[in-house]
This record gives sequence, structure tokens and C-alpha cells, in this order.
Amino acid sequence: MKLSNLPRRVPARIAAIDWDSLPPADGSRLRALGFEQGAFIETLHKGMLFWRDPIAVRIGRMTVALRTVHAQAIECEERR
Amino acid sequence: MSVHQPLVALAGNPNAGKSALFNALTGARQKIANYPGVTVERKSGRLFLSDGRPVEIVDLPGSYSLKPHSLDEKVTRDVVTGQLDGQRRPDVIVVVVDASNLNNHLRFTLELIELGLPVVVALNMVDLAKRDGLELDPENLSAQLSVPVIETVAVRRRGISELNAAIENALSGTKSDAPLPADLDNEDRLALLSVRAHKIARSAVKSETATRQWTRIIDSVLLNPVAGFLVLVGLLFLMFQAVFAWSEAPIGWIEGGMEALGSAAAAALPDGLIQSFLVDGVIAGVGSVIVFLPQILILFLFILILEATGYMTRAAFVMDRMMASVGLSGHSFIPLLSSFACAIPGIMATRSIRDEKDRLTTILVAPLMTCSARLPVYTIIIGAFIPARSVGPGIGLQGLVLLGLYLFGIVGAMIVSLVLRRSVTKGEGSGFLIEMPKYQMPRIRDVAIGLFQRAWIFMRRAGTIIFFATILLWALLSFPKTPVDSGISQVDYSVAGRIANAITPVVEPIGFNRDIALALIPAMAAREVAVSALGTVYSIDAEEGDGATLLGDQLAADWTLPTALAFLMWFVFAPQCVSTIAVTKRETNGWKWPIFMVVYLFALAYVMAGITFWLARAAGL
Repeated sequence: MKLSNLPRRVPARIAAIDWDSLPPADGSRLRALGFEQGAFIETLHKGMLFWRDPIAVRIGRMTVALRTVHAQAIECEERR
Repeated sequence: MSVHQPLVALAGNPNAGKSALFNALTGARQKIANYPGVTVERKSGRLFLSDGRPVEIVDLPGSYSLKPHSLDEKVTRDVVTGQLDGQRRPDVIVVVVDASNLNNHLRFTLELIELGLPVVVALNMVDLAKRDGLELDPENLSAQLSVPVIETVAVRRRGISELNAAIENALSGTKSDAPLPADLDNEDRLALLSVRAHKIARSAVKSETATRQWTRIIDSVLLNPVAGFLVLVGLLFLMFQAVFAWSEAPIGWIEGGMEALGSAAAAALPDGLIQSFLVDGVIAGVGSVIVFLPQILILFLFILILEATGYMTRAAFVMDRMMASVGLSGHSFIPLLSSFACAIPGIMATRSIRDEKDRLTTILVAPLMTCSARLPVYTIIIGAFIPARSVGPGIGLQGLVLLGLYLFGIVGAMIVSLVLRRSVTKGEGSGFLIEMPKYQMPRIRDVAIGLFQRAWIFMRRAGTIIFFATILLWALLSFPKTPVDSGISQVDYSVAGRIANAITPVVEPIGFNRDIALALIPAMAAREVAVSALGTVYSIDAEEGDGATLLGDQLAADWTLPTALAFLMWFVFAPQCVSTIAVTKRETNGWKWPIFMVVYLFALAYVMAGITFWLARAAGL
């Protein structure tokens, strides 16, 4: 499931990241923020007012905000 | 400063508490300048070793990696690798690491250690980590990194003397001349480092229990799609309310003090040129500007507190989608908010925007945010022309007009950025990607230091640019002296008056008179000078002085309402501030964009003032 579709408060793990679909600068910024295969991730907040963008996720012990454009490149799997 | 004084650099990820640690290490003994050749702010201070030897300590811009993504990060990299011309390479690097974020911060630490310089790690915010249920083992961390690790709580000044000792120790250690790793930017190498960082982080954690998630609880309100928006709007309302309400008393004190100083000087000095120079020129001119210090400080107080608590990035989150609809992102929110105080810190704050076109657009629209320098102009014109009538319960007509001027600026900025994003700064949006730090109680001392620095910058500006502009105008207005009994007014006869007479035909179609043309010239130095300029014009022309107190009445008698409204509208748009133009030139590395900015803003100001004038005339005002 893509991170952009991951419901709130569902513990998940990053299964894969499609680096090629991201601009290189954004890709390495995501990496610097701890986005990588296997990292624990959870969607905390989705959007503002009537928009579904941006989203805030918990990655490791950090909270990071990103737009759904980037979240679409991140494949997650539920963690049980 | 002696060349032999050792240099210590403070590096670390953003939100690691670097600035607080820098404040704790150096106290208020700080110097703010720019790095040579670039406009990134260089904050340095001094530290004394146990034997009294001074050490220079510099606070590097926060970075996630040595592979730079912004101007700030490039400076950090160039300093620690010794590649920034005119800036010597540090002797020791202190890496500030957020204890609760080891997993992420250790990669940058490893990158820095590999450079070969002596490194000391400050394991910061250990108290928050503990409260968060994280028990760390600093000895283990130190052993694995092979560098000293000191636990610190910068905001409580804990661990500072231990850190000092470790820095001293590292300074006396041997310096390796090992060559720099050749592949600093290599993504594979960075990926390997991050695997290593995770392993070290895991083994340095003694125990990790479920967290007491204060930040989560607060965020569930502040990032709620509806409540979060309302809270931000409420905060902004409170902020602007405070800017006006809280500043009333201190402004009164400053005005009183300036008046007393003026009359004292007038009484002490014989009538003549020197008296006129000091009273009409220096005291009236500079005084009319430092009156705004309280408002600027209140605005910055809010901004600094919002930043220190960690709320600013939430505000950026709340605003991101809305700003995206005009082609910007949440990253632009903080610079534009700062621009309400002054466009200069606002434009400098755009450095954190990674996308060049986003950044350029933000710089170009920043002057449209109503900065505090416009307030004196707005205040005096509104006071003179808009009746203090109530139009509803608790809503005054004057306040409503002022709010309208702010809104004109904001809507103008939105339309302009929409147009720019489809023309000159066309390109894909950079998106929005930002770490949201934990909430923290702001430390009064850190806020006070920040506030003091802003006040100092403003006073220096008042003491230099505004001071000289006022003196120049006074001189231009006072010379040449009209021949006795000629019946010509001094203003008309002076150099400034002659220049203004030449400009008048250009601005007459938008309802401006000669006095306005005259005030607009020195107001290029800074907008607020327009007020002191009008004051000087009328006080030099008036037989018996006392021009300042009567300025409002004099304007009301001399100007028509359409002229006054056009004058207000002019100031919403006109780029009347050389400092802003200069900082735009510095930040965009050339004259192209500042010239573009000046031209489009003047064109907009002329057209909008003209429309206002003729509409008001047609409406029979």
C-alpha cells in the first residue's frame, strides 16, 4: 500500500521506495530524514481543512511532514 | 582577532538544540556577520579555556548531511572541509545530537568524524529523551564512535562545563592531516553510513519504553484539519492585536523622551543652523523612526517564541496547501510572516527554501507584506483623514481601513506569486518536506538574546541609513537659503524643492502634490522617513516650529481625501526601501531580480494609487 493511502494510526513498515520517481534532491532529503526500506512508519495527520495534503508521519522517533506527491513513491506494509 | 586563536565549530542537524547550546557556551558575547562571499549569517562567540585562553566558537547552519541541499548546508560543508575562502578550517568540531533522535542524527555525526578533525559529541536534550522513555549509554556510544560523548541539556545549562573541558582536551590533541574522503556526495556511501548509524544507535540505547507523547497529544489539536487552522488564525490575530495594543505605552514613553530631548536641545542651543540641524533634522528624524521599536520587538517576540516552541513548522504545515494554490509551499510561510515585521529578515529567512524558484518567488513578494515601517505612514494618514467612527460593536472605521491595507498587501502578494509562477519563475513546485520537532518550553534567556539582536540591528539601521537620509533631506531642504523678503517659500527655493517640482508632473495624475513628491525621495531610504520628511517639510516652511505635533492637522488641511487614499495605496505596493533592494541583490546574486522587483512594484504602486485616486474622486469623496 502506498504511504499516501495508508490510513491514520496504522503501524506500518516501509517496504520499498521508488527513488527514480523522485527528484534527486528530494530523494536524498528523504533519506536524510530516515526514509529507507524497513523503517517503521505511521501516518499521524492528513491534510488541512478540505484538502488531504500535506500529511504528517512518524518515522523512527521523528515526525516529518510531506506532500502526497512524495508519499506516492513510498510503498508500505502493515505491521502487526 | 588573532590568527592563532583556536576555532571550534558547532555542527548538527536542525532541531538538535544547537543554538541553545551555542548560547549556553558563549552567553551574550556573540557576533553576527556574514560568511565571506555568501550571505549566510555567521554567528560566532567566545569561550574561555581553564587557563584563560580565548577560543572562537562558530555556530554552523543546521544540516542533515554534508551533501548540501541548500545554501545554508553548503556553507556548513565548506567550513568543515576548509573550502570556504576567507574562513579558516575549525580545529575542533562539536557535533550536537538530539538524544531522542540518535537513529537519524548519527549519520551526519559519522560523516563529520570521517573528515579527520577532532570531534566532540554533545548528546543534547537527554532530559527530554529520558522523559520520552529512552535510556542511553553514553560510554557505549563514545566507544563506538571513538570520540568523547558529553551529555548536555543546553536549555538548563547542564553538562556545559564538562563540554568545555572536552573541547579543551580535543584542542590539545593531535590533528590529523588525513585527506578528505573523496566521495562525500556518494549516495551509496551515505547509505552505508546510515546503516552503521542505525547499528550504533541501537546498541547505545539501554532501554526504550512506550513514550509519554506530549507532542502527539498537542499535535492532535494543532494539526487537526479544522482546529489547527482555527488555532493558527487565532494566534495571528492575537499577534497583530498585541503589536498595536502592547506598544501604545512604550511608544508614548519614547515620544515623550524625544520631545523632551528636542526642547532641551532647542533651549540649550542658540537659534540658527546648528539648532535646526539637531532639533528638526537629527532628533525629529531619528526619533520618528525608533518610535517603532516596540512594535517590531513585539512582533519578533511572537515569532521567536513560536519558533522556540516548535510551533512554526506546524504553522507551515497548516498553510502549505493554501500556499500551494498560489504556487508556493509551507516553507514560504515563515519568511512571509517575518516580513510583517520587516522584509529584510524575511528575505534572509528564505534561505531555508530548497527550491530556487520557490525561493525567488518568495523573495519577490516579501515586500508586499505590510512591514512595520509602513505603520507610521498608515497611522498618521489614517489618523488625519479617517474619522474615528464606530461601524459596529468594537469595530472602528480606522482599524478597518488599516486591516484593509494589510489585506491589500496579502491579496496582492497572492496574485503576484500566482502570475510569477506562471511566467518568470515557472517550474514545478518543490513540494514540502520538513521535520517537525518536539514541542518545548521556550527558554526566556534564548528568546531574550534573539530579541536583543533584532533590536540592535534595527537601532543600527536607525542610526545609520535613516540618520543620514534625514540629515541629507534636511540639508537639501535648508539650502540654498531664500533671499530675505523675496516672498518665496524656503521649500520651493531649496534643492529638494526643485527636484520635487520636477517630479510632480509625473505623480500629479495619481493625485499626488508637490509635498508628497518631496517626501517620496528620502522615503526611498526607508518608508518611515516619509513621515519625518513631511514633518521636516512643514516645520521648515512654518514660521513657528512645532511641526511634528501638528503634522496630522496640517495634512488634513492641505490634502484631499482621494489624495490621502492614493498615498496609502502607494505605500502598500511601492518598493520604498533601499535596504530591501540591497538584500534582494545579495540574496539573488546580481542586479537582475532587484531591478525586476523595483520595476514591477513601482508600476503596481502607480497604477493602484491612480485607480484609488480616480475612483475616490468619482465617488465624490
